[in-house]
Amino acid sequence: MTDLNKLTIAGARDALRKGDVTSAELTQSCLAAIDGAGALNAFVHNTPDVALDQAKAADARIKSGDAPAMCGIPIGVKDLFCTKGVASQAASKILEGFTPEYESTVTTQLFDAGAVMLGKLNMDEFAMGSSNETSVYGAAINPWRRAGDAAALTPGGSSGGSAAAVAADLCLAATGTDTGGSIRQPAAFTGITGIKPTYGRCSRWGIVAFASSLDQAGPMTKDVRDAAIMLQAMCGHDPKDSTSATLPVPDFEAALTGDIRGKTIGIPREYHMDGMPAEIEALWAEGRRMLQDAGAKIVDISLPHTKYALPTYYVIAPAEASSNLARYDGVRYGYRAALGKGDGITEMYEKTRAEGFGSEVQRRVMVGTYVLSAGFYDAYYNRARKVRSLIKRDFEQAFAQGVDAILTPTTPSAAFGLGEMVDADPVQMYLNDVFTVTVNLAGLPGVSLPAGKDSQGLPLGLQLIGQPWAEADLLNTAFALEQAAGFHDKPQKWW
Amino acid sequence: MLDLTYEAPKVKTISGAKSDWELVIGMEIHAQIASNAKLFSGASTKFGAEPNNNVAFVDAAMPGMLPVINDFCVEQAVRTGLGLKAQINLTSAFDRKNYFYPDLPQGYQISQLYHPIVGEGEVLVEMGEGIARRVRIERIHIEQDAGKSIHDMDPAMSFVDLNRTGVALMEIVSRPDIRGPEEAAAYVGKLRQILRYLGTCDGNMQNGNLRADVNVSICQPGAYEKFIKTGDFSHLGTRCEIKNMNSMRFIQQAIDYEARRQIQIVESGGSVDQETRLYDPDKGETRSMRSKEEAHDYRYFPDPDLLPLVIEQSWVDDIAARLPELPDQKKARFIADFGLSDYDASVLTAEAENAAFFEAAAAGNDGKLAANWVINELFGRLKKDALDITQSPIKPEQIGQIVSLIKSDAISGKIAKDVFEIAYSTGRDPAEIVETEGLKQVTDTGAIEAAVDEIIAANPAQVEKAQANPKLAGWFVGQVMKATGGKANPKAVNDIIMTKLGL
Repeated sequence: MTDLNKLTIAGARDALRKGDVTSAELTQSCLAAIDGAGALNAFVHNTPDVALDQAKAADARIKSGDAPAMCGIPIGVKDLFCTKGVASQAASKILEGFTPEYESTVTTQLFDAGAVMLGKLNMDEFAMGSSNETSVYGAAINPWRRAGDAAALTPGGSSGGSAAAVAADLCLAATGTDTGGSIRQPAAFTGITGIKPTYGRCSRWGIVAFASSLDQAGPMTKDVRDAAIMLQAMCGHDPKDSTSATLPVPDFEAALTGDIRGKTIGIPREYHMDGMPAEIEALWAEGRRMLQDAGAKIVDISLPHTKYALPTYYVIAPAEASSNLARYDGVRYGYRAALGKGDGITEMYEKTRAEGFGSEVQRRVMVGTYVLSAGFYDAYYNRARKVRSLIKRDFEQAFAQGVDAILTPTTPSAAFGLGEMVDADPVQMYLNDVFTVTVNLAGLPGVSLPAGKDSQGLPLGLQLIGQPWAEADLLNTAFALEQAAGFHDKPQKWW
Repeated sequence: MLDLTYEAPKVKTISGAKSDWELVIGMEIHAQIASNAKLFSGASTKFGAEPNNNVAFVDAAMPGMLPVINDFCVEQAVRTGLGLKAQINLTSAFDRKNYFYPDLPQGYQISQLYHPIVGEGEVLVEMGEGIARRVRIERIHIEQDAGKSIHDMDPAMSFVDLNRTGVALMEIVSRPDIRGPEEAAAYVGKLRQILRYLGTCDGNMQNGNLRADVNVSICQPGAYEKFIKTGDFSHLGTRCEIKNMNSMRFIQQAIDYEARRQIQIVESGGSVDQETRLYDPDKGETRSMRSKEEAHDYRYFPDPDLLPLVIEQSWVDDIAARLPELPDQKKARFIADFGLSDYDASVLTAEAENAAFFEAAAAGNDGKLAANWVINELFGRLKKDALDITQSPIKPEQIGQIVSLIKSDAISGKIAKDVFEIAYSTGRDPAEIVETEGLKQVTDTGAIEAAVDEIIAANPAQVEKAQANPKLAGWFVGQVMKATGGKANPKAVNDIIMTKLGL
């Protein structure tokens, strides 16, 4: 077989089980692809030795007949996950040289299932960003380009390296994390599938925290079936994470029948934004039609507090981040600034954090500190918490009316050019999350899948939002939409 | 349940240059919860480990690490609340208190600001027989301790020991109901006693397992009553907080100093600044640590890593059912059941182990006599050997034997002391000692009569003198006791001599 790196998880799994291919061959193929894709800047720490060892073990396991679905599948891991003995620095200078003595629960589960780690993937620093440009490693590059234009585009963020790597077939799949859209937006920008499960579905243990009440890990894959297979291996109760759910995990892949007859799909009227590109509107309408054709009932719904979601998110997430990032102080691990004569502990903190954090992280730490400070707490943080519960209630009411899933665009635009937003107001960048943050605030599962292209040939994604813990049902709806959309395009290789 | 009745103590006044002043004191006690593991990590809490040995990834705030509540610590806090007759909140929640310090690796302390696990309760602080202050408890919350910064090991660097980081504390907050330095010390003592009875804190102040922040203000006589009536703090003076005191003596000294300092300021026309102060025991004074303006903005907010702590009433009931008898009840019962004095009952109930020892010694015996033996003989002897009650070489049942040997006239009080000494140093049973050593008191009047007759016959001159002056009959008693090796029952000897001498 050739181009093994282009296989899906499901395709590779079946080939592995049949003995048509070995994990070592798959892994070699991916390692070669990675070697040839330096220009994408997707992988930031390569672990070929780990990969080949794991592949060998996986092959033995497959041979012995004990092979879970992820066994022998080469994947990439977002740099936000702590991986034992492998540099894990959340794309930040402040974690320079940090190599954990522990393995995150999600990657532990993946490796226990036999997955093979090719390396760590680029991302926005501490997962704060929508373009990958805040990474200490420099931005990952989108393998897609506008037709007839060699300008480098963003793969989105924060899981931009994961998205670029999967879209460019450097790995079969990758882990991502999503706090405000960090799986779904890059998935949409790169023509792949990504699901953020219900808050509490995946353990957060061992994942560098950004905003604890919003962070969730999820798979980024080439199609919906792969998302189902990989999510299965990633989630489940973890006693080490107090917010992890004790619910059983259903068989997600088995739920993919493609039959959505009788399902009710809500179209939220508040997601029609002023100034939204016509192509996005058209894609959304197309998605609606496709689901209807597949037998779903389409209803217009209202999520009245949608307009407050972005400001709410940009109070809560920085507030939690300002506290979560306090531990990066130069005392115990990572970067410590060189100190001058007479410098004391205060100077050590100030210099370490000023030099170690990039400007977007500093901005959010300052915003978060401000909204929690005496005299502003009620006006900002407390109010945001109240609005958050109203946003959650909007969804609950929609679901109570019989809505099974909600269809929206994933992003208000296709991938933009790297550097295009550099001089813009940061709020312009934050608008990327406008359709995705509500899902995090409400703790719901959301999946993005590619459904079409814009006039410049760039992929566009649609988002489906499900009821809490209804990932199986949500993935099936996504599967039906995927079949109807028939998006199988790949970026033209230029790297 | 028995209850003793108490009167409130007189409020201590301090005379300033111009007038008399009263003190108003509230306390925050930080008590380390007795548990083997820390509050949110599995790391050991064992005291005295090598620096940075009792540290889990969570305690060192490694990236991605998450706290998981130690249920036993919650149980201990609930038990403490029940022991202080307090409201138990079935739903409580954890908040982050944010500040930077090298011995606080997370950059925040996990505490319970908005929803503590225990609400209002009370402590009865005895200040003498029948006199006690009722100090109201405002709340108890659970929180993490910080580590230790060491600044004197190297001229250029500071060192950090994280062994204590993340150890569970209970912060027990009182209302400003304490009215003098002595009451403050007694309050800490009483709280310590209750916590030790409950087994929720070892009360070791030297190791810092029980520490107090003391809020002190002064007011004119009559102002406090207005405050109590209205709840309006403006009737009281501006308070200063004296931080981190771990000795009852220093607490007393610091309050006394602080009150006089505040009186001097106010009487000379100044005003007291609200601030945090430290007590320097070497100089015997408090000094400013930070002013209100320099106070940290802790940016408290609910910890998103932890779900609200929800407990079941049935679980609380179960803990309540297993609560031990507490000092107040035990003291009242000792007075009622054993006829002990208030003082003896207090001494014996000071520590649960002492009380248990006494009860075992007094079982089926004369309680008062047993109390005397435990307090005067045993405690004195243990103190001499620097032993505590749990290390006593003599068992409570053995003290019980001595008491019953005395009570049945088998031995005299004097012989009993010898028996005690032998039992204490050899571990032999008193009954066996008395038997083997032939120490049994002679109550056989025939034998005593014979000895008396012999001595009377041998000393006619003394007989004459005694008959002339009956006070001299004591000489005969001494002779008989000597002749019988001290084993004769002194009362019987006396009676027989008096009869024989015709007195």
